[in-house]
Amino acid sequence: MTKVLRLDGVSRRFGDRQVLHEVSFDVTAGRMTGFVGANGAGKTTSMRIIMGVLAPDAGEVTWQGERLTRAVRRRIGYMPEERGLYPKMSVRDQLDYLGRLHGLGRDAVRRNAEELIERLSLGERAGDPVEQLSLGNQQRAQIAAALIHDPDILVLDEPFSGLDPIAVDTVVDVLRERTRRGVPVLFSSHQLDVVERLCDDLVIIAGGRIRAAGGRAELRAGHALPRYALTVDGDAGWLRDEPGVQLVDLDGAHAVFELAPDADDQRVLAAALSRGPVRAFGPVTPSLAEIFREVAR
Amino acid sequence: MNTYEAVRIVAAREIRVKLRDKAFLFGTLFFLLFAVGGTALPPLLAGGPPSVAVIGTAPAALTAADFEIHPVADEAAARALVRDGGADAAVLGDGTVVALTDAPQDVVRALSTAPAVELLDPSGMDPVLSFLVPLFFAVIFFFTSLTFGLQIAMSVTEEKQTRVVEILVASVPVRVLLIGKVAAGAILALGQIALIAIVALAGMRIADTGDGLVTMLTPAIGWFLPFFVVGFVMLAALWAGVGALVNRQEDINAVSMPVQLAVILPFFGVMMFGDNPAAMKILSYVPFSAPSAMPVRLFHGDAAAWEPAVALAVLAVAAVLMLAVGARIYEGSLLRTNGRTSLAAAWRDREARRLAELDTAQG
Repeated sequence: MTKVLRLDGVSRRFGDRQVLHEVSFDVTAGRMTGFVGANGAGKTTSMRIIMGVLAPDAGEVTWQGERLTRAVRRRIGYMPEERGLYPKMSVRDQLDYLGRLHGLGRDAVRRNAEELIERLSLGERAGDPVEQLSLGNQQRAQIAAALIHDPDILVLDEPFSGLDPIAVDTVVDVLRERTRRGVPVLFSSHQLDVVERLCDDLVIIAGGRIRAAGGRAELRAGHALPRYALTVDGDAGWLRDEPGVQLVDLDGAHAVFELAPDADDQRVLAAALSRGPVRAFGPVTPSLAEIFREVAR
Repeated sequence: MNTYEAVRIVAAREIRVKLRDKAFLFGTLFFLLFAVGGTALPPLLAGGPPSVAVIGTAPAALTAADFEIHPVADEAAARALVRDGGADAAVLGDGTVVALTDAPQDVVRALSTAPAVELLDPSGMDPVLSFLVPLFFAVIFFFTSLTFGLQIAMSVTEEKQTRVVEILVASVPVRVLLIGKVAAGAILALGQIALIAIVALAGMRIADTGDGLVTMLTPAIGWFLPFFVVGFVMLAALWAGVGALVNRQEDINAVSMPVQLAVILPFFGVMMFGDNPAAMKILSYVPFSAPSAMPVRLFHGDAAAWEPAVALAVLAVAAVLMLAVGARIYEGSLLRTNGRTSLAAAWRDREARRLAELDTAQG
């Protein structure tokens, strides 16, 4: 059985507002799955249903083919949307409490806590109450809290918000360690550039419906338009008169154009070379933001 | 990890946090000093018998009453001695008693001829004690159940406010959190009043006034403890319930008014009707006032031997009902994140039930 966390036809309504419409997607072992959507699209509701904080009206969540039970959930590391730790408890004490509550023995908790405190550079502040920590450090503490019980699955709601770029790298390193060990990671984010850089798989949700899901590379290829970019030394205005070429953008030596289905990109390249040096030529892959805008519309 | 262990971990955290809370520690210390001050100190500070200045030889009545006698030469010397505090009172040649501000009751009493008194109800209580003892029980139950109850509500709201609760609920059932908090509150509250009771009883024994107060109080205190625990637990789940209704600790006060009244009204009831046996009999069976009213009746010797057992059973039944009500409100509102939850919405909410069903129904 492959280790897959699966949402299968999950629906949920609040009052007369349908928040999730038959949401289905997979989070595969050893992969970082980015969960992207606008505010109110249903990311947090989906994650809360995975965590057993909300019940689905229909559908189910499974892990390795079996419906998620509390015993499995206890093995998930979770970071809720709005940050939450006990303000007056020290980082070390909270890690101890949460680890024990997740069923770990005293020694194992202590070992994990020290390791995480070290990895996330919380050493000097580990004995201070969380409320006295900077926001960035509170966020690191929150990540430590999600990882304290050495979870088999990670579900992180906006884990990178509020982190400076260096802290993002630290956290990414820590998460990558987990995926290397075969842990599936589901994380949501507003920061599309961060998702673009990190995720192996991508799930896009809009209006409570999954609009796109799959590997990042496949998604980009799948949403790629027959669009090319060309950079030459002179002026690229001649492209206007090339058969099968539709100019999208022209900026002196740089042009972006679309090709008719029957046109040959190599012929355009040859035409460019015949006019002088070509500095760059190739298909344009859409950025995540572009795919997102397209599918979430 | 079984349920018991999970409850223990939750309760242990609550207790640990409380034991590090300076306000709580100072409060307990204050109560203890109060208990020592109220019991051991007055007899020790009261000093010896009053001193009386006498011209010539003291009247037999005064020597017999064991007063401290100061012989003086004349009336002026007697007055001077009283005025500068050397004596509490003076007895002049013509029998006039001189004192500074108040008539010295014990000297007057020793010199007067009292009529014979026949008491029809010899167990009748010192009026001061019969006022103080109900006050003692009512105040202890009032303060501890209010402070520890509020503490439970605040701890619930804190978890909801910070969303820690989502992490907790993902690993342990909602009910485990509730039981852990109620248990921790009960242990702390009982620990505090037990400490106070021990100190108070020890204080009375040290200062032993010899009027049998200790013997009269012991059964009352003995029954007070189980009544207190069950009475506290009855309210504790309600406190947890109202704590879960709100998202901010500032809002607890408004939303917990019904529970506060369930503590305050019985307190005033027992204070007002402390010397009215008929009213106290009713109050000692009403679950909310029983924890303070029944010990008072026991202290006065007004309750038959079977009565505390029956009242405790009534209280226990009420506690089970209130636990169910509190648990339903708690479960129905704990995971609602948008703003304040109304009691009715919490009561109708079936989220927790559905989650529990999902949990038990295996894939």
